[in-house]
Amino acid sequence: MARLARIAVPEQRLEGLAAELNGILAWIEQLNEVDVAGVEPMTTPVAMTLPLRDDEVTDGEMREKVLANAPRSEDGFFVVPKVVE
Amino acid sequence: MTELTQLTLAAALEGLKSRRFSSREITEAHIEAIEAANPKLNAYVTLTPEKALAMADAADARLARGEGGRLEGAPIGVKDLFCTEGVRTTACSAILGEFTPPYESTVTANLWADGAVMLGKLNMDEFAMGSSNETSRFGPPCSPWRRRGSTVPISAGGSSGGSATAVAADLCLAATASDTGGSIRQPAAFAGLVGIKPTYGRASRYGMVAFASSLDQAGPLAKTVLDSALMLEAMCSTDPKDSTSLHIPVPRWSTSVGRSVKGMRIGVPREYRVEGMPQEIEALWSQGVAWLKAAGATIVDVSLPHTKYALPAYYIVAPAEASSNLARYDGMRYGARVSGSGSLTDTYEHTRAAGFGQDVQRRLLIGTYVLSAGYYDAYYLRAQRVRARILEDFETAFESVDALLTPTTPSAAFAYGETSGDPVEMYLNDIFTVTANLAGLPAISVPAALSSEGLPLGLQVIGRALDEDTCFRAAAAIEASAGFKARPEAWWRA
Repeated sequence: MARLARIAVPEQRLEGLAAELNGILAWIEQLNEVDVAGVEPMTTPVAMTLPLRDDEVTDGEMREKVLANAPRSEDGFFVVPKVVE
Repeated sequence: MTELTQLTLAAALEGLKSRRFSSREITEAHIEAIEAANPKLNAYVTLTPEKALAMADAADARLARGEGGRLEGAPIGVKDLFCTEGVRTTACSAILGEFTPPYESTVTANLWADGAVMLGKLNMDEFAMGSSNETSRFGPPCSPWRRRGSTVPISAGGSSGGSATAVAADLCLAATASDTGGSIRQPAAFAGLVGIKPTYGRASRYGMVAFASSLDQAGPLAKTVLDSALMLEAMCSTDPKDSTSLHIPVPRWSTSVGRSVKGMRIGVPREYRVEGMPQEIEALWSQGVAWLKAAGATIVDVSLPHTKYALPAYYIVAPAEASSNLARYDGMRYGARVSGSGSLTDTYEHTRAAGFGQDVQRRLLIGTYVLSAGYYDAYYLRAQRVRARILEDFETAFESVDALLTPTTPSAAFAYGETSGDPVEMYLNDIFTVTANLAGLPAISVPAALSSEGLPLGLQVIGRALDEDTCFRAAAAIEASAGFKARPEAWWRA
């Protein structure tokens, strides 16, 4: 799970963490008592159709703002570790 | 100048409008109070006194011309979850580093458009995940409240602990907050304040650091029910930048406050009488029922049979949404980057290990697990179906009542270090508040009494979707009957 979540967990922490997560999951198991036959999963508390706006460009031309918080940038680009070997 | 900070928001607005004092005067009084108190209370994590005075002067100029918005000149605090242009915003997480947004959240933009003055950014649990404010990268705030005859530091609650501390200690007239499972209402109850979470979609989430998008809602923490209504009507709006913001007008809720509750039907949900509930919480609840009855409301026993499943369902839905939302923190475009061995994956993993606190990591792992192939149906889809059942419970109850009355929390505020460290024990703080988030309903907490140890206790009113009006009316009736005037002793000024 830690790998999927992209979080480095030190070896010595793994066992304790697994126990904590198992504790939470065991508590969650009680949901199995609920009869949910035929119930649609609820994805949002607002019953409305998503509004659509006109398909047009509404912003842009703000490279400096976009890069302002970058840990590293150069010549108007984000600098990131090598992605393709 | 102390007395200016002790005003309610409504009284301050009146004084500003009639020019009895200027925005600069009341803003300076707050800045002085913050400078004296913050080293002890840790309510603010970023102070913006220069910005505050510039905004105050601009407000004074407008007031002098007889202009001004609904909150003109009123100094307020902002939870560090709302992006504020040019002012560091971290959600109290190390992973955001010194992130300084180049844009403003819609909620705060609305407040500034109405003339409010920003004093600074307020402490909170990291990414709003917590009920004690202990997960903040800046350390927890300290509640201004203490048990009678004791100096043990009391938790301000969470996640909006800094907002609650600042309002309760008169370090702002009111504050913005946010509520995903109870993060406005629980700190309100702990600090003797009013806090309301509106119907999902009333307030725009644009520029609010996301935790769980289908549950998050902004709302205020304030000294009185009227103050909370004044804040909420300024904060809410229809916003094209948030597709879940509702396309309906925002009512003038401040006119709801004080309107009679005669004939209102108030439900008392029997499942909220949980095992091991302290006697004083039971007594407070009965007292609330008696107050509303005396004010002309009819009391009805109702049942919300799936209540006990709300918290476990929440602890699937919220971490699942959080694990998606927080995937953006990869150390590439903003925030702090930790390189590790230098490879891309290693950089991601070390950035996130260093940047997220233990509680956030735990929730992200749970969220990743319940969304992973093979477990998705068993956990995530099931939780969403249980969520639908919880909403059905409310819909059935609201066929026979107009609102529900419950305690806000199962106990008074706890002391730091008094809890066991078991995450599930901490989660139980939200047992009465989380249902309104799952169902998207408006809910308000109003201070009603002091515990035997001298700490505030709150009552909660949950309304139908879009019916904040009833919440405000019922809360104001409780406020009037309770006559809650207790204030913390200002030990931090000594």
